[in-house]
Amino acid sequence: MDYEVVIGLEVHVHLKTVSKIFCGCSTKFGAPPNTQVCPVCLGFPGVLPVPNRLAVELAVKTGLMLGCEIAEKSKFDRKNYFYPDLPKAYQISQYDMPIAKNGRVGIAVEGSTKVIGITRAHLEEDAGKLVHYEGANESGVDYNRCGVPLLEIVSEPDMRSAEEAFAYLKTLKAILEYLEVSDCNMEEGSLRCDANISIRRKGETSFGVKTEVKNMNSFKAVRKALTYEAGRQVKVLEGGGEIVQETRLWNPDLEKTIPMRSKEEAHDYRYFPEPDLAPLVLDREWVEEIRASLPESPRDRTERFLAEYGLPEYDASVLTAERGLADFFEECARIHTDAKAVSNWVMGDLLRELNERGLDIGACSLKPGALAELLKLIDEGTISTKIAKEVFVEMFESWKAAPEIIREKGLVQISDESELEKIVDKVISENEKTVGDYRSGKGKALSFLVGQVMRHTRGKANPKIVNKLLSKKLKQE
Amino acid sequence: MELYRLTAHELARMIRGKEVSARDAIESLLKRKENVDSKIDAYREEGVGSKSVLVDADNVDAAIRRGEDPGPLAGVPIARKANLCVKGKLTTCGSTILFPFRPPYDGTAIERLKEAGAILYGCTQMDEFAMGSSTENCGPCTKNPWDQSRVPGGSSGGSAAAVAADEAIAALGTDTGGSVRQPAAFCGVVGLKPTYGRVSRYGLIAFASSLDQIGPLTKDVEDAALLLSVIGGHDPRDSTSLDIDLPDFREGLDEPITGLRIGVPKEYFVEGLDGEVKGAVRKAIDELVALGAEVVDISLPHTEYAVATYYIIAPAEASSNLARYDGVQYGQRRDSGALLGMYEETRQDYFGDEVKRRIILGTYVLSSGYYDAYYLKAQKVRTLIKNDFDEAFKVCDVIVTPTSPTPAFKIGEKMEDPLQMYLSDIFTISANLAGIPAISIPCGFSGAGLPIGFQIMGRPLDERTVLQAAYAYEKSTTWNERRPDLKWITKSS
Repeated sequence: MDYEVVIGLEVHVHLKTVSKIFCGCSTKFGAPPNTQVCPVCLGFPGVLPVPNRLAVELAVKTGLMLGCEIAEKSKFDRKNYFYPDLPKAYQISQYDMPIAKNGRVGIAVEGSTKVIGITRAHLEEDAGKLVHYEGANESGVDYNRCGVPLLEIVSEPDMRSAEEAFAYLKTLKAILEYLEVSDCNMEEGSLRCDANISIRRKGETSFGVKTEVKNMNSFKAVRKALTYEAGRQVKVLEGGGEIVQETRLWNPDLEKTIPMRSKEEAHDYRYFPEPDLAPLVLDREWVEEIRASLPESPRDRTERFLAEYGLPEYDASVLTAERGLADFFEECARIHTDAKAVSNWVMGDLLRELNERGLDIGACSLKPGALAELLKLIDEGTISTKIAKEVFVEMFESWKAAPEIIREKGLVQISDESELEKIVDKVISENEKTVGDYRSGKGKALSFLVGQVMRHTRGKANPKIVNKLLSKKLKQE
Repeated sequence: MELYRLTAHELARMIRGKEVSARDAIESLLKRKENVDSKIDAYREEGVGSKSVLVDADNVDAAIRRGEDPGPLAGVPIARKANLCVKGKLTTCGSTILFPFRPPYDGTAIERLKEAGAILYGCTQMDEFAMGSSTENCGPCTKNPWDQSRVPGGSSGGSAAAVAADEAIAALGTDTGGSVRQPAAFCGVVGLKPTYGRVSRYGLIAFASSLDQIGPLTKDVEDAALLLSVIGGHDPRDSTSLDIDLPDFREGLDEPITGLRIGVPKEYFVEGLDGEVKGAVRKAIDELVALGAEVVDISLPHTEYAVATYYIIAPAEASSNLARYDGVQYGQRRDSGALLGMYEETRQDYFGDEVKRRIILGTYVLSSGYYDAYYLKAQKVRTLIKNDFDEAFKVCDVIVTPTSPTPAFKIGEKMEDPLQMYLSDIFTISANLAGIPAISIPCGFSGAGLPIGFQIMGRPLDERTVLQAAYAYEKSTTWNERRPDLKWITKSS
């Protein structure tokens, strides 16, 4: 039987503010436990929350970028539950009047664009973190993260595969990074994702029973977990069983989703309006100012890369997936106008070097101008493409400019015909058999001979000239 | 005359004028407290700490000697209710669950009192987490200085009794449903609940956030005006505090009230209202008329729903506000070996019965399936009650009512009957629901010698008119000059 998967995602992102959402404490990641806390974020008796204007602004920005309606009036609510990482025993969130709703995101699916609806985006405060000590009979709580502003972005159940969910997440991440509203670092927990997933027979219009999948700690985990969960649900139905509405945790070691103990999810959060905060009323003019200042969206930028640089669809979408990468490309392509060559280098060599070092583009020491300079040296024939790749790695490691590396290592291409002619002659005399093969019609033999010349010159020979010389000499004799 | 008998404005004037020293004043108060408080129990043990207050007083005197302005409350000893945070001082809301919590910060009202030169010298008894109308939900219960067998009212009963027994020049209390005004009436002092948002709640340990307000308990109306002028005003640390200029409420206090329209709501003079209280309040209205005011008969038709509305909204907010007392960060903890057990045992063992009753009530009305029928409906009724006042204030300038249906009742009398206890706030609760200012001032005594108070409510932010009316009445009568003789203390000691 043919099934269709239905997925909706809830994504929590840390907003990039200097201070927390309701107090002045720093939001910096990685500080020693409980060093970024005050009576307010610790929920001490008698304290009150004061909203952070920047957090609201970033939420509005994101909402606008996602095509949402921004609520002129929204409000905060309390979500009540007991847990040691939640010092007030309630989280200040937004329940029935979110700051943004009814948006959409276009994702690329098999060469065309699919629109994923955004139900809502709302502001809330993050909780702290439990710290478990090995072998100890007690746990600690680190409240540094407590009160870091979060935006929860809830999608419509519009995705029809784990791949689409993956594409949606990547697109969303790109948007958030473009806006510079979040670091979107899943490892540091600045982007977290839960999924609602169900299956139904193809052609059916009503939804099946859904499960909620949590604890997916990377983009890959989201893809794997949802693929697994969809498969599990199919098996259950095929086996004559029923899907139970429950929360399941992705276990990355077992590569399975495991049901959460039902006790842990039997929550009645008793939402009610937060009496310590006035309703959030946004000035229309302010919202319009923010709208006017929005940067180009990743999707628009992809379209522009296609039109302006004549890049293939694939290149344009890879380059624009990250704002930093797109910026790097554009700056480089401004100096070195062979856009396709720049694209090849950025998507190939640059990304590979970054990945090997576990760096992102923001931490890249190599500047676009330096790459442009390298490409110019290739075009001018100073070095071969092959040598350029070596130089590029060296540039990455030593932070030196290409000409300097080429000079130091003596990598300048040999284009002097008389010098190369000597080597070509030597190679011909040393490889009589191969020469014979060539003459008897084996074209492949030529590339072997070119390789030999390269070996003798440690790769510095200008391949065009070597080819020309070899062809000429082999025909002569 | 003993310094402890003075009002805040009198004492501040004398200290500022170097007639007496702040040191003399504080010593007078400490001695008075020592003499009477073992019988009255207005103060909590944790409030005692005479050494540091002497230093504070000496600092005020030194500032005066240096020619500095020591502030409008220079050297005036002021008591605070145990739910107002003072940096480094025990602040437990009358609850064992919070013991031994010492706030790492001063609340805004406390900070402003200190800046005005006041000496914070005692922490007064209260019903646990301000839940109660008798100051019995704690231990030991405070006695009414006029009759030791009776309650002082609550929940700010300690503050009211301390002022009535001249153990404090003035005190701060908090009023969520009448907790300043009802004990003021029971103890024969002045109690003011300002407009919601007039005084910052930062540092007030929350009971019901949308209703709580800090207010002064004083010996006369001028002191209430003085204290409000000090503690009021916008505070960026409280998003619900109103960003509106704070006047000096003492200015124009003595303006005549000729032409003032006094609304008298028929719903407040009904069955259940004690005859002597009714008589005293009627006389007070007559007195106001004699001073030039006009009476307007008004109706506040939703009054009968006020108590029910209050007992849904206040416990709902409280159930959430008090959830943080979970044994994790501060106060008491029962180590049961498991997380859920820690929560359950800590809260079971260290919260009192009334607090638990209200947490359960509040949790219930917010639960899914009940929210609409209770909490949401209560919020709608709250709006109707507020609308009643808006309508009424179109035809009158202030509203006059009794503060409480009876004078002080006996200790233990209503402890077994929470509903009867709740009804003791029937006349005060509406002002909290509507967020309007209200004052209780003495207007007579019962045959048994117990004080009776009446309430003047005003338009939002119009404390000025409320205070003017109260001041005019006070000046034309002598009720506030009477003090309990405390013979029961001198006899037994």
